[in-house]
Amino acid sequence: MARRPRPLTAAGLAAGGLVSALVLGSLAAVASRAQIGPGAGLGPGDWGAVRFTLWQAAVSAAVSVALAVPVARALARRRFPGRGLLVTLLGAPFILPVIVAILGLLMVFGRAGWVNDALAFAGLPAVSIYGWHGVILANVFFNLPLATRLILQGWLSIPAERFRLAASLGLDRRRAFRLIEAPMLREVLPGSALVIFLICTTSFAVALTLGGGPRATTIELAIYQAFRFDFDLSRAALLALLQLGVTALAGTLALTVAVPDAMGAGLGRPLVRWDRGPVWGDGLAICLAALFLLAPLAALLLRGGPALAGLPASVWVAAGRSTAVALGSALLCLGLGLAIAVAAQRMGGRRARGVELAGMLGLAASPLVLGTGLFIMLYPFVRPDRLALPVTALVNATMALPFALRALVPAVARIERDYGRLADSLGLRGLARLRRLLLPRLARPLGFAGGLAAALSMGDLGVIALFADAQSATLPLQLYRLMGAYRMDEAAGAAVLLLGLSLLAFWIFDRGGRVDADA
Amino acid sequence: MLTLERVAILLEDFALAADLSVAEGARVAVIGPSGAGKSTLLAAIGGFAPISDGRLLWRGAAIGHLPPARRPVATIFQDNNLFPHLTVAANVGLGLAPNARLGAEDRARVAETLASVGLGGLGARKPGSLSGGQQSRVALARAALQDRPVMLLDEPFAALGPALKVEMIDLVIRLADDRGATLLMVTHDPGDARQLGGETILVAEGRARPPVPTTQLLENPPDVLRNYLG
Repeated sequence: MARRPRPLTAAGLAAGGLVSALVLGSLAAVASRAQIGPGAGLGPGDWGAVRFTLWQAAVSAAVSVALAVPVARALARRRFPGRGLLVTLLGAPFILPVIVAILGLLMVFGRAGWVNDALAFAGLPAVSIYGWHGVILANVFFNLPLATRLILQGWLSIPAERFRLAASLGLDRRRAFRLIEAPMLREVLPGSALVIFLICTTSFAVALTLGGGPRATTIELAIYQAFRFDFDLSRAALLALLQLGVTALAGTLALTVAVPDAMGAGLGRPLVRWDRGPVWGDGLAICLAALFLLAPLAALLLRGGPALAGLPASVWVAAGRSTAVALGSALLCLGLGLAIAVAAQRMGGRRARGVELAGMLGLAASPLVLGTGLFIMLYPFVRPDRLALPVTALVNATMALPFALRALVPAVARIERDYGRLADSLGLRGLARLRRLLLPRLARPLGFAGGLAAALSMGDLGVIALFADAQSATLPLQLYRLMGAYRMDEAAGAAVLLLGLSLLAFWIFDRGGRVDADA
Repeated sequence: MLTLERVAILLEDFALAADLSVAEGARVAVIGPSGAGKSTLLAAIGGFAPISDGRLLWRGAAIGHLPPARRPVATIFQDNNLFPHLTVAANVGLGLAPNARLGAEDRARVAETLASVGLGGLGARKPGSLSGGQQSRVALARAALQDRPVMLLDEPFAALGPALKVEMIDLVIRLADDRGATLLMVTHDPGDARQLGGETILVAEGRARPPVPTTQLLENPPDVLRNYLG
């Protein structure tokens, strides 16, 4: 069974090398540019940004998890029509463009939003969504569903027999909680909070639109401002290093705690319980959560739907650019992911872990840190706005790659375990093996991963903000500009368009993977 | 002649020794207690288990270093014998040309072979829409097209009912005889061994014994086999 170097393995090594070069090269560029000297370095405002980044992430995580516990418990122990749909919707914020959700929140909580209308009607003073509370509101909007799914997973992982035993022993609800549910929560809550903390430390779009100013600027926003307002690359690089440090710190913390997995299936089955307590509590939790999550989208659709027809041409052009970027990013992500997954399966052992890890490097750096590095590398040679779209597609693909690998690596391993011997005995190898065995059987995970990558890229407002000028704006950036110009009807219309495109992109890929998938 | 010359197979917590020969065209049942290494013996011949010592020879030439597809063997496994996403005809066609498109002539041969195993006209179906017995026939049709001098069957019919199993073994015998192929079939049922009507290799106590005529073995079984048969 002599092994010659095989082309598919080489492709995987090349893909892993490309991603490592991109990420590590960007980080090296950032590090080389970050200087501290007279007239350079970080001011008190920058340290304020570090403090605010950590603080808002911690508060957002705590609030999201605290609110998610009653919602998850209610979903775990009740059956009602629409429960399945609601659980599915809890997964949706992942592909919901941040800027779209923010606009929806503005329609509900903003200056002329539903809440303030109601307050004015009742003769109460208005509340403002801008500032730290807006940042946290938006973070909770995005992460409450995630926290709910993670905790629901925990609840549903408790064997039903334990509740049956508790019922047969006649334990009251408090004792049953202490004996059965509290240990689960102790295990699941820290990990869930940490995941959300990690996500919130790279909060850029939220801080850009709702935060700002000395008391609500995150590091990522400060990087953007150093670029856009001061064009101070060395300060941007220093800030990027700080952001990297924060991510590394949070990531290391996450390694010490078991982090639960939200991608897992099996959230469909409600527990049979004998100790459910009054129905109104659970009903209230579910209704409030659904209202909080759905009202902004409803408000957006009501306002933006009618505006769709009258959108200016610039919005449609931006939509075309976004579609191209999303498609490019999805295909790139799938190509890299497939190559790495196949190579990892073939090499096995430590080398497989290495190439897989290379693909996961995108997790280590935030999009803005990568963007800063790429900008520093590229701008001596080319005008950055010329490369805005390819760079955005590349960075988006790198960011989506870890999710693609999560879906593809186990799938390739499963296929080879089940059919590898048969393929070997028939002499199916190289491209024929790819075409006849791997691609058909990977259709589902490929479709899902491609859909995620396309939707994430479609809605991304991050690296594009560093690179683009008016001629190369994507739809999220165009939408942000409309908001900045207070053209709210057009912004709402563009947001509905963006939402539709993101969902459509996900749907087309995901559906494509399910067609004709036998057995 | 297929020869295992003082072969030793060492897996993590398992060892099997074999020093035996099988004549060309023989029909050999491989029988023994579960976990004794029947499947491992076939895997070593097929190229799926490493041979740590000794030599594997076919017609006097060493084949132990060859990858599975380059050995003179066609294997039918316990399960996962067909790719569920390919049509029946495409699955069978892999026996002819795994890495290329099929020409018109190849397609005609595939259709002919399918007809010869009683599956005429089912080429466009996917395996999932066939019964278990029909799926076995598809795998046998592919093995027939592979046209290798040795056929290894690793209990492929264990999930079929008794009558269907008898039918399948008859088909296997016919296909092997048509081609003068050497047949090694793992089974836990002495009835299967009798039906094959040739010799039997007993695998027990870490050793694969040389083949002896099946009737002789079953009439006068050694202790390990007697305990196993009960």
